[in-house]
Amino acid sequence: MGSKTPLYDEHVAAGGKLVDFAGWDMPINYGSQIEEHHTVRKAAGMFDVSHMVVVDLTGAQVGDFLRHLLANNVDRLKDKGKALYSCMLNESGGVIDDLIVYYLRDDFYRMVVNAGTRDKDLAWLEQHAGAFSVKVQERPELAMIAIQGPEARAKVLEVLNDEARAVAEPLKPFYGAFADGDWFIARTGYTGEDGFEIILPAAEAPAFWQQLKAAGVRPTGLGARDTLRLEAGMNLYGSDMDETTTPLESALAWTVAWDPQDRDFIGRRALEQQREQGARQKLVGLLLEDKGVLRNHQKVVVENNAEGEITSGSFSPTLQRAIAFARVPKETGEACQVEIRGRLLSARVVKPPFVRNGKAQIEL
Amino acid sequence: MSNIPVDLKFVKTHEWTRLNDDGSVTVGISDNAQEQLGDMVFVELPEVGQELTADEACAVVESVKAASDVYAPISGEVVEVNEGLADSPETVNQDAYGKGWIFRMQPSNAVELDGLMEPEAYETFLATEAH
Repeated sequence: MGSKTPLYDEHVAAGGKLVDFAGWDMPINYGSQIEEHHTVRKAAGMFDVSHMVVVDLTGAQVGDFLRHLLANNVDRLKDKGKALYSCMLNESGGVIDDLIVYYLRDDFYRMVVNAGTRDKDLAWLEQHAGAFSVKVQERPELAMIAIQGPEARAKVLEVLNDEARAVAEPLKPFYGAFADGDWFIARTGYTGEDGFEIILPAAEAPAFWQQLKAAGVRPTGLGARDTLRLEAGMNLYGSDMDETTTPLESALAWTVAWDPQDRDFIGRRALEQQREQGARQKLVGLLLEDKGVLRNHQKVVVENNAEGEITSGSFSPTLQRAIAFARVPKETGEACQVEIRGRLLSARVVKPPFVRNGKAQIEL
Repeated sequence: MSNIPVDLKFVKTHEWTRLNDDGSVTVGISDNAQEQLGDMVFVELPEVGQELTADEACAVVESVKAASDVYAPISGEVVEVNEGLADSPETVNQDAYGKGWIFRMQPSNAVELDGLMEPEAYETFLATEAH
């Protein structure tokens, strides 16, 4: 038996098929993963992401702390409420975790990190926060629900009370704001669709979930969450990058803020060295030309018999084709082959995202 | 309540067999198996003419979640495959005991069928496997 989120009973009542995810009993689907996927692309679905870890960082020097801690630069956050996606690196440039950080006040940032990396993330934060007198406070008493899809925003606004709606309605993409007490509403997500991620007190989560359900938002499991984020070209920590790979090898160079050059973030020296020498491998998108399904860890064969590996592979319900991310040698061109059960099948290297806002972004 | 057709027999790897009037045997995966695997997105069929030995992996069903081998429940030669599954693998989810059949074989030793589980025995097996 794993840990249960505040929405556990809702999952059971909705026929959720529960599996272990990072020590939590989470719904993989509520019947059909593919139908749930399509609902998010065409209407609105909701995910219980209460297992994710909310960490509040406070103190006069919290900005300096984050400028040192993160590969992306919080100075890019000019407006209050703005969110930033970043990797947190070790000294060798390996990715400890990827995360979202919200700039709330000059002395207050909120971070959301992965459930599977909770312990090491908190230890790392604590280890480095001391020098900046920053207080690191985990918020396990909060639940988190992601509502995603072309109809998600309208449905959430319909359900929120007047005060919360007044906060949520004007939010631009990648902004968050506090509403009623501990309610925090952000226009962010992990699906490539519009929507909100709402952090709220655990005790209020079941009623809100039920209201959303009554408004026609479909409970959606972690299975669809994975195929949605893969189509959207978003990395998954632990599969597409980890402590042995850098952002430059993980299609995340865009998240590294090199300027100003004197910003001394953890991992900078290692990354600079790799940038000068050129990363030997890269993370690319793959589209299988033949019939079959791409899966994690399948071998990729490129020119001159060099090899790579699929880091995330699945069947894309939107494209009706197998798609993947693969880590391949940097020389890899447009064509490659993937070994599936002893046979080499043809695949094409493509530039993610595969799908955004319900529409294919690559040629099939 | 069971909804397993009474003319089927099962093996522990969750394949079903149906003995046809012409002596051939149709093979598919059980309703329980398709439910566990989830939405099917690809089925790799055996080849007509392929000689199979009982318990040999001879086809693959792939759901969004994972790939799973299909084993020959008995020995014999593949005489027909369900080509329709190439375009509509979801048929296995929708009608596991009917239109979702995977292949048909001519048994080389029909006595092997006697060793397979009746629907009731398969259900008991599922119940014990669940614990």
